[in-house]
Amino acid sequence: MTTPVATCPVTIRIQEDDFDIAREIAVLTQSRTDIGAVVSFSGICRADDDSAKVAALTLEHYPGMAEEEIRRHADEAVSRWPLNGVTVIHRVGRFMPGQNIVLVLTASQHRQAAFQAAEFLMDYLKTNAPFWKKVESATGTGWVEAQARDDQAAARWTKS
Amino acid sequence: MKVKYFAWVRERVGKAEETIEPPATVRTVEELIAWLSGQSEAYAYAFEKPKVIRAAIDHAHVKSDAVIAGAREIAFFPPMTGG
Repeated sequence: MTTPVATCPVTIRIQEDDFDIAREIAVLTQSRTDIGAVVSFSGICRADDDSAKVAALTLEHYPGMAEEEIRRHADEAVSRWPLNGVTVIHRVGRFMPGQNIVLVLTASQHRQAAFQAAEFLMDYLKTNAPFWKKVESATGTGWVEAQARDDQAAARWTKS
Repeated sequence: MKVKYFAWVRERVGKAEETIEPPATVRTVEELIAWLSGQSEAYAYAFEKPKVIRAAIDHAHVKSDAVIAGAREIAFFPPMTGG
């Protein structure tokens, strides 16, 4: 779903399919000459967890709320930084190490806003968007536990 | 009202969603968790550490003291681990 917010289109997708970063950047910047910076963050399924070798990750989400929660944060990013475009794609399903999980693109006239907004979006995605990871490893299957460091990372964006 | 469960809360409860009719004395999210916990061992296990459980009413995060009156959908889940 894409909603044009003035000159800042916000695209949010939750999908099983992989994404193509180059294509998504092209979509974000096509026929525009006002964008001077695009920051791209990709989250990738990692083979090493803190304890055991990861064989696969399964991502579960809360359909409906996940999209709405990401949109609330995308809208907040648009209100806090001068952005010219935001794309968030989060995959769900079962992933092997090396496979893409999440993509955040932020476009702006200058790099600072794009960098900061991308970091803000990822920090909030990790702690507030309703997704859960289940790990399969040599030692068995279990749900990933939330990390205090992720809460701390999100807390630094709270306006005092 | 409709209740949804996710991740290990769903696994422990043994179902993804259901429709419940708690008594009128159950006013808040916290009270709903306590009421559900009394329904069966599966719920008691799912909600054994109520402070860990996160809740959402109609797709928005809420605190445990949130009032449930008027809610169409309440969800219970563990802390989120996406991204």
